Amino acid sequence: MANDTSEKYHKHSPANIDRNNVVVSLRNIKKAFGSLEVLKGIDLDIFAGENVVVLGRSGSGKSVLIKIIAGLLRPDEGTVQVLGKEIDQLDVHELQELRSKIGFSFQGSALYDGMNVRSNLEFPLVRNKRNLSSQEVQKAIEKVLDDVGLSQTINQMPAELSGGQKKRIGIARTLILQPEIMLYDEPTAGLDPLTSEEINDLINEVQQQYKTSAVIITHDLTCAKSTGDRVVMLSEGRFLREGSFEKVFDTDDPVIKKFYNYNFISDS
Amino acid sequence: MKVFFLRIYDIYQFSLRFWKEVFLPPYEYKEVFNQFYEVGIRSLSIITLTGFITGLVFTKQSRSSLAEFGATSWLPSLMAIALLRALAPLVTALIIAGKVGSNIGAELGSMRVTEQIEAMEVSSTNPFKFLVVSRVLATTFIVPLLAIYMGFVGLLGAFVNVYNNEQTSFTSFFQEAFMRITFLDLFTLVLKSAIYGYTIGMTGCFNGYYADQGTVGVGRAANTAVVVSMFVIFIEEMLIVTLINNYR
Repeated sequence: MANDTSEKYHKHSPANIDRNNVVVSLRNIKKAFGSLEVLKGIDLDIFAGENVVVLGRSGSGKSVLIKIIAGLLRPDEGTVQVLGKEIDQLDVHELQELRSKIGFSFQGSALYDGMNVRSNLEFPLVRNKRNLSSQEVQKAIEKVLDDVGLSQTINQMPAELSGGQKKRIGIARTLILQPEIMLYDEPTAGLDPLTSEEINDLINEVQQQYKTSAVIITHDLTCAKSTGDRVVMLSEGRFLREGSFEKVFDTDDPVIKKFYNYNFISDS
Repeated sequence: MKVFFLRIYDIYQFSLRFWKEVFLPPYEYKEVFNQFYEVGIRSLSIITLTGFITGLVFTKQSRSSLAEFGATSWLPSLMAIALLRALAPLVTALIIAGKVGSNIGAELGSMRVTEQIEAMEVSSTNPFKFLVVSRVLATTFIVPLLAIYMGFVGLLGAFVNVYNNEQTSFTSFFQEAFMRITFLDLFTLVLKSAIYGYTIGMTGCFNGYYADQGTVGVGRAANTAVVVSMFVIFIEEMLIVTLINNYR
């Protein structure tokens, strides 16, 4: 079944994964909003240099999971360790320091409307590395813009950018702090297939060039196949299957089959 | 009822956080001055216009009553007392609540629903300090300055009316006007304007910072920011006047 998806989307570049180094560790994570149980006991380890894709339908708790990793939401139960530190045990300053090593690419890009591209990129940099000279700041901005291929947009406002450009600038804004872990929330949502492919390539380039580990939240199979070293399938608050893209979809589980077929038909 | 008290508790916590963050480094000087400009300079034209008209119209309306007793010469001091004790701080606060309070509520609300505030948090920046502290400081410091300015412009409006009717000179008008103004009046003007400014900033920021439910939430945040701050300003006015009158 997994072979139905075109081979051209398969991740080609081999990742340099260090399986002795766990950068994110989730144990028995549970989260509910009122009576609605969103996560029902999630266990997950992410290794250094690895891109892990969390696949699932809308409302399956993917975004909640990624926000728990970033410390934006607290789990009701369970422990979250990021880069060896338990998030629950950190004070505000320790959490801020840890977050400077985590890049978060939001579904809607979350660029600051009132600032142009330069100021958007400058904003986290000057607040996290206060001893940088203006020349070093300028150099860092030019480098990340070059890395995402959007040097020409430096003076543009977010409203003047296309959806794909906004995603790229959003990723550039996280890269400027040289993160060790990247969290992508629906990186290809709302983009046309060609732009989606460019974003998938960018995710792989970031992994190679910045040596990052990543959690990629998506319901887009092409994105999962193109970017994931490992795929986990989330359904109704639990992981159903885990492994390579082919392994996850090589099953008769009706939930996974249905997800695959719908996605494949809509992609076609 | 429980929801109401929980809301009060949230506002208390929000306010407490402001007082904690305002003294802790790092300081967002650039954003604070940017907000000074947004709140102050960008409100000057509307404050000038309303201040001048308030002074002019209030003098015109008061003239006939005073003329019955042959007391139109009291107009300068009457206007100075009315403007500096009540009208200037109150009208300035209401205008700023409508113009700036709604703007803060909508801006922070839209930043919340488009995840811009969360983006600041995950990029290891303190959004409360950058967005809330800077705006509350700006309204707290700028509203008193605007109120003093409005008082002066209002007196100019009053002078225009008095000059047209009695040909009183500029110098004697202002000598008359300030004859009955005490240090307590000026102190009260600054104090209560600062309290109104703080109220406007806090209300706008609180409603925007915790906005939810998408674009509906943004509209609600802007609307609540204006309505609640105006309501609270009137209550504060009543309490401050009652308190200050004990010292007169």
